[in-house]
Amino acid sequence: MTTTTGGPPPAGPATVQKRAPAPLAGTTERLRSGELGAWPVIIGLIIIWIVFQSLNDRFLTPQNLSNLALQMAAAGTISVGVVLVLLLGEIDLSVGSVAGLGAAILAVLSVRHGVNEILAVVTVLVAGAVIGSVHGFIFASVGVPAFVVTLAGNLGWLGLQLYLLFPQGTINIPYDGFVAKLTHTNLPAAVGWLIAALVVGAYAVAVLVDGVLRQRAGLPARSMTASLLRIVGLAIVIGAAVAVLNDWQGVPLALVIFVGLVVVMDLVLRRTRYGRQIYAVGGNVEAARRAGVNVRLVRISVFALASTFAAFGGILFASRSFSASQATGGGDTLLIAIAAAVIGGVSLFGGRGSTYGALLGSLVLGSITSGMFLLQLESSVRYMITAAVLLAAVVLDSLSRRGRRAHGRQ
Amino acid sequence: MSEVPVLLLSGVSKRFGAVQALSDASLQVRAGEVVALVGDNGAGKSTMIKTIAGVDPADSGEIRFQDRPVSITKPHDATALGIATIYQDLALCDNLDVVSNLYLGKEMTQATVLNEIAMERSATELLTTLSVQIPSIRVPVASLSGGQRQSVAIARSLLGEPKVVLLDEPTAALGVAQTAQVLDLIERLRDRGLGIVLISHNLADVRAVADRVTVLRLGRNAGDFVMADTTQEEIVHAITGAADNVASRRQARQSAVDLERAKREGP
Repeated sequence: MTTTTGGPPPAGPATVQKRAPAPLAGTTERLRSGELGAWPVIIGLIIIWIVFQSLNDRFLTPQNLSNLALQMAAAGTISVGVVLVLLLGEIDLSVGSVAGLGAAILAVLSVRHGVNEILAVVTVLVAGAVIGSVHGFIFASVGVPAFVVTLAGNLGWLGLQLYLLFPQGTINIPYDGFVAKLTHTNLPAAVGWLIAALVVGAYAVAVLVDGVLRQRAGLPARSMTASLLRIVGLAIVIGAAVAVLNDWQGVPLALVIFVGLVVVMDLVLRRTRYGRQIYAVGGNVEAARRAGVNVRLVRISVFALASTFAAFGGILFASRSFSASQATGGGDTLLIAIAAAVIGGVSLFGGRGSTYGALLGSLVLGSITSGMFLLQLESSVRYMITAAVLLAAVVLDSLSRRGRRAHGRQ
Repeated sequence: MSEVPVLLLSGVSKRFGAVQALSDASLQVRAGEVVALVGDNGAGKSTMIKTIAGVDPADSGEIRFQDRPVSITKPHDATALGIATIYQDLALCDNLDVVSNLYLGKEMTQATVLNEIAMERSATELLTTLSVQIPSIRVPVASLSGGQRQSVAIARSLLGEPKVVLLDEPTAALGVAQTAQVLDLIERLRDRGLGIVLISHNLADVRAVADRVTVLRLGRNAGDFVMADTTQEEIVHAITGAADNVASRRQARQSAVDLERAKREGP
């Protein structure tokens, strides 16, 4: 180096800071940089189960777990839609009212006007999509914050729900209809096992084919042991769930629908261009726009999906209680749906999380509710414990976000 | 270096209300050449870049691309011609990994499903040919250093096979080593035969990579220098518009001090 103090600094080729490429820069790198993934909530769930089981040995019985699975299906379905909106970094405060309105429309059409139940369900889903598109349009095109648009929706759709149910207030739906069967059907044991086998088989094929293709393309591939470990892990989880549920009355159809929606939406998010665009808009709107993403269309469609999921959740609520009432979708429905998504590791800041968060978060909240019920505690205690868990999840989200920032500025 | 400029602006004017941001300004870039566009704050550098990129089209003036007159009225026009712009504020999605960022908006698909393998393979190839060092291309961009992020942003612009790359302050927020990383990358782009326009406040960076320097002052051309036969003083004079000003007086003082020291320590 020269030691001149004035004049032009030395020109010419500068040296590059060389960085040894780490061959196993996978999970550990992600964990260190604050990408915690689903681990905190899985560990939390295990702790919750151990605590409740030690307090009441009926907690982990097939009967209780079956009930738990059935209970979380409706709110969990709503939560899947909430996950999509959270991925954009927005919020939808109307999902509870939209669920209630969905149930009301369903009951009014099928009971009061004698419309075929399947047709009524389709109508409700379309109505949900239209409602969400209105929210999305006002948010994305007019520029009103999503918070306010959906707050107005929360009140407005609740009003419409009450209006539709007037004067009865509650409309009962037939016990043997299509809608009622959605949450009152348990699959025969053999069908449960068949579904489990198909899912594990499909996953195994996907993992192994992906590994072979990556190897052929000369890309770093997961080792065979790691692949097998994942397949066996999934097989154990699904197998255990099916075994437990079959031990009571069989796998509930509603659970299959809920988990199916979670899996399908996850594939859409991770494997399609549309899903990538949702993450991109949630990560950096300006970058997405400059990359040619139609930000407005993505936003409107996500709000439409969220309300459609909410409307379907309302159908499941109506199915479970054999009725649509003024209280359907009210109370803590909205808050539980949002809390489940957040507890499931979906970031409130947008762009991080998956629909599995809705499943895991619903499991956590469902477990707390069910455990409190077994311990015969008041719902006052349940609310306080749910609040603590929610707060822990949000604090973790904020901390890991800070960790990521610190890591980014290394 | 070819003789016909790949990009030529002449007589470009742009007015924002009462402010004449550019008046009769011109710029030319040849293939395989780095042109530094320098000037004081408000000299019109960013306005000129935005004119070329189609973000803020010029009021009047001519733009020729590969010796053909072209009209650039929106960003898409510029991209379609083969002009890539990398803005100061990066425009990467922090939550997506390197591959996803590189292919954002132009993902490769196979029967509507993302073809991750093809994208990852060509991303690896691209980054290797540019000698961009990144620990893993499957980590979120948030966990990369500033220089690595800037490298990803530049690499991303190359996927459209551009002829001209516009860089707005690519080293503004970077440390010494990271700046070197980006300057190396700019040299590699030049070696690939691209025409490069580099906006920079840092004359050291400009000296390090630029072949020519175009100086703007108050929206007008204030000089066009070949780097090799120009001193830093000449460029500073052109930027400030006078031989006698704060910057040049400071430099003169500094030179005098150096001279004194050289005399004292000299043989």
